[in-house]
Amino acid sequence: MRASTVMLGALILAFGLAADAGPASAQDDTADTLQVPIVYLGEQVAEPLPLSLVEPVPTDKGLAGARLGIEDNATTGRFLKHDYTLVERILPEGADLRAVAAELSAAGQTLIVADLAADRLLALADLPDMANAVILNIRAQDDALRASDCRANVFHVIPSRAMKADALGQFLVSRQWMRWVLIHGINPPDQAFAEAIRRTAKRYRAEIVEERAYGFQAGSRRSDTGEQQVREQMIKLTQRLPDYDVLVAADESEVFGEYLPYRTWDPRPVVGTQGLVPTSWHRSQEQWGGTQLQRRFTRAFNRWMLERDYAAWEAVRSIGEAVTRTNSADSVTLRNYIVSDAFELAAFKGKPLSFRKWDQQLRQPILLASPLMLVSVSPQEGFLHQRTPLDSLGHDEPDSTCRLNP
Amino acid sequence: MKEVMALGFISALACAIGASTAGANTAYVSNEKGNTISVVDLEKMETVATVPVGERPRGITLSKDGKLLYICTSDADHIEVLDLETLKVVQVLPSGPDPELFVLSQDGTRLYIANEDNNFVTVLDLAQGVISAEIPVGVEPEGMAISPDDKIMINTSETTNMAHFVDTSTLEITDNVLVDSRPRYAEFTPDGKELWVSAEIGGTVSVIDVATRKIMEKVEFAIQGVRADTIQPVGVKITPDGKTAFVALGPANRVAVVDVASREVQDYLLVGQRVWQLAFTPDARLLVSTNGESNDVSVIDVENRKVLRSIPVGELPWGVAIR
Repeated sequence: MRASTVMLGALILAFGLAADAGPASAQDDTADTLQVPIVYLGEQVAEPLPLSLVEPVPTDKGLAGARLGIEDNATTGRFLKHDYTLVERILPEGADLRAVAAELSAAGQTLIVADLAADRLLALADLPDMANAVILNIRAQDDALRASDCRANVFHVIPSRAMKADALGQFLVSRQWMRWVLIHGINPPDQAFAEAIRRTAKRYRAEIVEERAYGFQAGSRRSDTGEQQVREQMIKLTQRLPDYDVLVAADESEVFGEYLPYRTWDPRPVVGTQGLVPTSWHRSQEQWGGTQLQRRFTRAFNRWMLERDYAAWEAVRSIGEAVTRTNSADSVTLRNYIVSDAFELAAFKGKPLSFRKWDQQLRQPILLASPLMLVSVSPQEGFLHQRTPLDSLGHDEPDSTCRLNP
Repeated sequence: MKEVMALGFISALACAIGASTAGANTAYVSNEKGNTISVVDLEKMETVATVPVGERPRGITLSKDGKLLYICTSDADHIEVLDLETLKVVQVLPSGPDPELFVLSQDGTRLYIANEDNNFVTVLDLAQGVISAEIPVGVEPEGMAISPDDKIMINTSETTNMAHFVDTSTLEITDNVLVDSRPRYAEFTPDGKELWVSAEIGGTVSVIDVATRKIMEKVEFAIQGVRADTIQPVGVKITPDGKTAFVALGPANRVAVVDVASREVQDYLLVGQRVWQLAFTPDARLLVSTNGESNDVSVIDVENRKVLRSIPVGELPWGVAIR
């Protein structure tokens, strides 16, 4: 360790300064400090485990990103007398949302990062106590939430399935890989992703030459001596297909998708929920200053930042950005600012992010990543849009049934 | 390790004493991915040497006598000092983690270093070669500037979106000015009355009145046929006569020419891809831009506002300094 005593001295000096950093940061002066409580609302529900044992299973997925977002907000808030706190509420499965909403509303805690499934998110949003809340969805990718089920008090930070499918589709089409085979699982989320892929294929005039469903339910992640069996199953699953360029897996349930690469009958790349995946964040993303966010995250939580962590970070930072610019913690004021043209979030994607007015979906570039590398970023070159190329991803205003903030 | 550094420092001084007379201008370019410094002869218009340095060199600046080049080797977590006569790294200085950009005090005794990773500005005493203070600032500090009278040090923080004004006598923040998203660079006008701060994601340059610490105006950019979201201002340089500002616009691949008095954008000069940092020759006759994606620098004729040449350098050129 080089010059360690010097460093130690400098650190002591630094903490001295931090405690007494002049009028701009006055921390003790609570009288005119703006309190900004942000609620992280999750529910203890079982999630599909990654098929690969190599992939760790964090228990704080999402929450860790929110915690980092609060740290970042707090550093800024120190200079503006804005005091951010994260109220962590992880509910037991099936908890009474009405009681929770009443409690939050009574406590003036109506800025909510929602780590909830679609049905629970909607149930929460429709409670009268939540009428003026700002609920930021970091989990549910369902397209219906951005269409027939859209709500004025719900903002979608996590990309929709349609956005992801379009991001992938643009990449495939730009490579001239136009003939797709779609293999989907049998659970509703798998079906929903498959539906998004069908919509994308139609949009970009790609051809789904054949679809197959895979219904096997694996019991255990461990497959000691099971490799042979898995390989045989995948070969069988992909035999006798018409000529195709790429195999699209729709397996959000993590049942078989990870088994597909290299085990297909024909030598074809695998994309979709496994293989080359569309995602709003990836551990290999170091473009546009992304390295900084990755480093802050891994240092604090000792693991990679996952997509839901990133969504939670974006959600907390969106509130922080609105509070910074409006000097208010009032949910209605913040809501109006977030949907205004003035709002922009810098989130290590090389361009400002903002919410679509009609369905309150965060518009953002989507990464395409292989397990260890960033491969590309959509929108792809040439996919234009009169507003911003970002709106070439997902449901655009004319084809959306949602009309918020007209 | 300490002994080696001390020896290095002595040899640096020895070399500095035997410095050469001024000839053609030489530009030094840090190559972020190449882990090298390119030495570019601006008369021959070619790269004449490539010097390996520590990992991820980004911000670079010359010593006041022009004999040494200070280098933020970000991933090596220190500052390297390159002797420009021998082109050897002669000293390694502490910097705090992940130094990205720094500014040398006007008297040449201190380096103020932005530690992108830990939300501090580190103050390095160059005579002693030790860190004398750390100043807590916003998230992801990057842009650094020093007022002509040496009294105000500026740091911009990319995620906090502020320009922090630091009193160099007390090393405390006195004011924070909120600017647009992702402020990357700060530059004083030569009279010290205005501070220009670029916002990469916001797409603007805020002109701050130094006396009142208020934003007087925001310079905006629009280029026909170029998507607005690719216009990402980073480096800013103002001519010594205080009349003209040059602003590097990132992936818009252009350098904007702005009239300082009227804030009017008068021209856009097409350079290489993803232009970030700029530097003038000492006589301000030429301006050099680093074009990260095209691995080259563009040489601009300042008076005629013309791009004269692009010169290949190393991988991902980031910073530039000229003597």
